[in-house]
Amino acid sequence: MYTATATDTHGHDHEHAPTGIMRWIASTNHKDIGTLYLWFSLFMFFFAGTLAMMIRAELFQPGLQLFQPGFFNQLTTMHGLIMIFGAIMPALVGFANWQIPLMIGASDMAFPRMNNWSFWLLPAAGLLLISTFFVPGGSIGGGWTMYPPLFIQGGIGYDMAILSVHLMGISSIMGAINIITTVLNMRAPGMTLMKMPLFVWTWFITAFLLIAVMPVLACAITMLLTDRNFGTHFFDAAGGGDAVMYQHLFWFFGHPEVYIMILPAFGIISTIIPTFSRKPLFGYVSMVYAVASIAFLSFIVWAHHMFTTGMPVAGQLFFMYTTMLIAVPTGVKVFNWISTLWRGAITFETPMLFALAFVILFAIGGFSGLVLALVPVDIQLQDTYYVVAHFHYVLFSGSAMAIMGGVYYWLPKWTGHMYDERLGKIHFWLTAIAFNITFFPMHFLGLAGMPRRIPDYALQFADFNMIASIGGFLLGASQLLFLYTVVKCVRGGAPAPARPWDGADTLEWTLPSPAPYHSFVTPPLVK
Amino acid sequence: MAQNLRSNRQVSVCLPCRAVGSRPASAPALLFLSLLTSALPARADYAVNLQTPATGLANQVYDLHTLIVWICFVIFIIVLVPMGVALVRHRKSAGHEPAKFHHNTLVEWIWTIIPVLILVSMAWPATQLVVQMKDTSKEDLTIKITGRQWKWEYEYLGDGIRFISNSATSNEQIAGKQQKNEHYLLEVDKPLVVPTGRKVRIVLTAADVIHTWWVPALGVKQDAIPGFIRDAWFKVEQPGTYRGQCAELCGVGHAYMPVVVEAVPPQQFATWMQDQKTQLAAAEEASGKTYSLDELKARGEKVYAANCAACHQPTGMGISGAFPALSGSKIATGDKAGHMDIVLHGKPGTAMAAFGPQLSNLDLAAVITYERNSWNNKVGDAVQPSEIAARKK
Ligand code: HEC
Ligand SMILES: [Cu+2]
Repeated sequence: MYTATATDTHGHDHEHAPTGIMRWIASTNHKDIGTLYLWFSLFMFFFAGTLAMMIRAELFQPGLQLFQPGFFNQLTTMHGLIMIFGAIMPALVGFANWQIPLMIGASDMAFPRMNNWSFWLLPAAGLLLISTFFVPGGSIGGGWTMYPPLFIQGGIGYDMAILSVHLMGISSIMGAINIITTVLNMRAPGMTLMKMPLFVWTWFITAFLLIAVMPVLACAITMLLTDRNFGTHFFDAAGGGDAVMYQHLFWFFGHPEVYIMILPAFGIISTIIPTFSRKPLFGYVSMVYAVASIAFLSFIVWAHHMFTTGMPVAGQLFFMYTTMLIAVPTGVKVFNWISTLWRGAITFETPMLFALAFVILFAIGGFSGLVLALVPVDIQLQDTYYVVAHFHYVLFSGSAMAIMGGVYYWLPKWTGHMYDERLGKIHFWLTAIAFNITFFPMHFLGLAGMPRRIPDYALQFADFNMIASIGGFLLGASQLLFLYTVVKCVRGGAPAPARPWDGADTLEWTLPSPAPYHSFVTPPLVK
Repeated sequence: MAQNLRSNRQVSVCLPCRAVGSRPASAPALLFLSLLTSALPARADYAVNLQTPATGLANQVYDLHTLIVWICFVIFIIVLVPMGVALVRHRKSAGHEPAKFHHNTLVEWIWTIIPVLILVSMAWPATQLVVQMKDTSKEDLTIKITGRQWKWEYEYLGDGIRFISNSATSNEQIAGKQQKNEHYLLEVDKPLVVPTGRKVRIVLTAADVIHTWWVPALGVKQDAIPGFIRDAWFKVEQPGTYRGQCAELCGVGHAYMPVVVEAVPPQQFATWMQDQKTQLAAAEEASGKTYSLDELKARGEKVYAANCAACHQPTGMGISGAFPALSGSKIATGDKAGHMDIVLHGKPGTAMAAFGPQLSNLDLAAVITYERNSWNNKVGDAVQPSEIAARKK
């Protein structure tokens, strides 16, 4: 569908980029910054993953063995915060940086200096967040949702965490502005909006979500900060405040946030499946509309996280109906992916394996989401392990596995080397199997009545917890293989041709591998 | 709903808490039968499904969940089959040539409309149930529930009965120094007692942070939020003991905040009420007396273990950075008035709650005396209940 007529990428030897460490610190190049984002997110993925291993170790058996409850709460809170803000979001922004200019035939992002800033805020934020473990009172243990009044009770670590989330929010907003401007202004001639690859579309829409909701989060946590330090009472009932209002503000951000983490993943999957089916994406137009309607709906479902706060019947019904509606565009996407597979010429390279697992496992997460949408059932399951199972099916086997698939898919373009296909496949199977051993039993635990965020549990939950822990350790260990495979590919391997996937037809594959430092200096013409 | 209660077929055959202590013997096998098993209509013994319902509402929730899981399961299969066929038959290695089609407006409309219809069929029963759950009118009895870090306070409105329900699991069991018993973490010193066959309305609030009162078998889960009063209701059909716990993260004691509801026949409930009133009168009388330091200390030790040790620790050493040590504390070894004030009124904005409204004057006097004369503290004076009463004014 996308063929470039002018691939004028050589003959521009004016690489005035600094070298050495300054190349990275002062970089304004979308590829370098994309790479920085991806390495940062990989580091954070392992850090937060280590916290998860500690959680599963404590939950291996009932009773307290390794950690005291206070520290356990810090583990779950930081695992959530870091995975969301430190691992998944930066990884997706890394993809955006690398791929959007390449896929729309632009020479770079629209605001390269701002791009540098939006990345370099992140290590600062990450450092601030992680250093909370070393301050008096320890890290934050109030849950990643930071609900007051509990959040008001903590020590200095809580203020540091608020500041850190502020920094990450600013970074996200700048990244989003950059993406929107790039997409609107820098497309190659002939690349109309409705010809853009779906990955670009998903990020374009996601960027609007980011701009809409990050400021709301910033407000809510600023109010927390002033409640904690400057004697305001926004959320303190004793001073006339309202703790439930915080939840409304938080989830007005929080629900779109989960789509921020899944829409670009949809984009990656919609790129991989057609490639390895050797057939165009089925229903491109309806895919774009589906993404847009999911984004719109994400603004009017937030209170489904709050069904047990006791809202009026009308409120519960409204949020139940809107939440259920999301199943429709999501279903459309799944049906379209399957129709893309239908009568293709399918092969099973590692990216495709991840994409196929995504379709199946994300569907399970979607179904459990539908179960949770029903108010009476949600009231039984809210704040239980069922919810933990649900959001790991959409966030791990959803976002994270799409990211891994995307990494394998584009590594040849990024590094100029083919990754080790055998290791990639082993990594896939280990991940997919261990993931299910870890998280499937959590549905049962939640149904049977195990609350989430507890360091210790009643005896009838012992067996499934042990299974989940064993699966968890395997899942954690498997990711070391991912690291090894990626590093191996970066350092060498069979040279990658310009277009290693015969079914791929987006613009980046018209460039040599690795993609040159400056690409599309003369825009390609898209027919 | 009333008819449904009477036709509730399971409650009479199943012990309310059969899930407790039952062990899924063939867990790994179950794992793979997952969706199927959790949809089985039989209320399974191995805990892969919602707990056995004990109220009409919980029973309807159970059935709604079963219905939805089945619908999802069928859709899932319908989606997987063509996917499987494509993956097997349309492989490149099987020599399949790719087709060229990339959209079909009719098909796309069909798979947009049909899900909408399915959703409507799910929303209909759910809506009716929501309306029922929210109808707290025509109650026979109202109980006020207050969540505190980390215990529940129950007050029978209009009857003057009020007590605190603490976890009864010992620290030794938690630390693994003692065998854990059957109801580990799901047992309390004083359960909430309710009559069977009566509509009990609960009104909830919290004193410090948000807690959630949850008993799965009753189908009730409701946040208790400082500054708000929320309500919910249940009507237990069969006598029995129903267990649950706090569901909203509420600090370090979140896992140790169980809820136990004892449902008894109405006559037995009336007797229990009478007993409580007698005990209350006795406590009132006891608060009028004067006690020796040793008597107070002995009683105070128990009060301390139940109410204070979670934060200040049995050793009196607290947890550094979070809860101050009482051993050697300036307040606990200073003048009586200051010590009484912090215990009676707490310290707003910190985890230290006001215990004045929670404990009897005798218990307050006892625990303060205990703190002044334990660990490294050797003040040597006793605080009498009458001093507490005077300080409260
Ligand atoms: C939820 C945790 C918690 C519980 C339970 C608790 N306290 Fe406290 N207590 C605190 C905190 C936190 C402080 C420090 C308040 C401050 O910042 O001044 C404190 C302070 C105190 C002090 C003052 C100590 C000092 O030197 O500053 C006394 C005395 C005290 N508590 C007694 C008690 C008694 C008696 C009980 C049981 C009836 C109890 N506490 C239960 C958390 C708790
Ligand atoms: Cu609680």
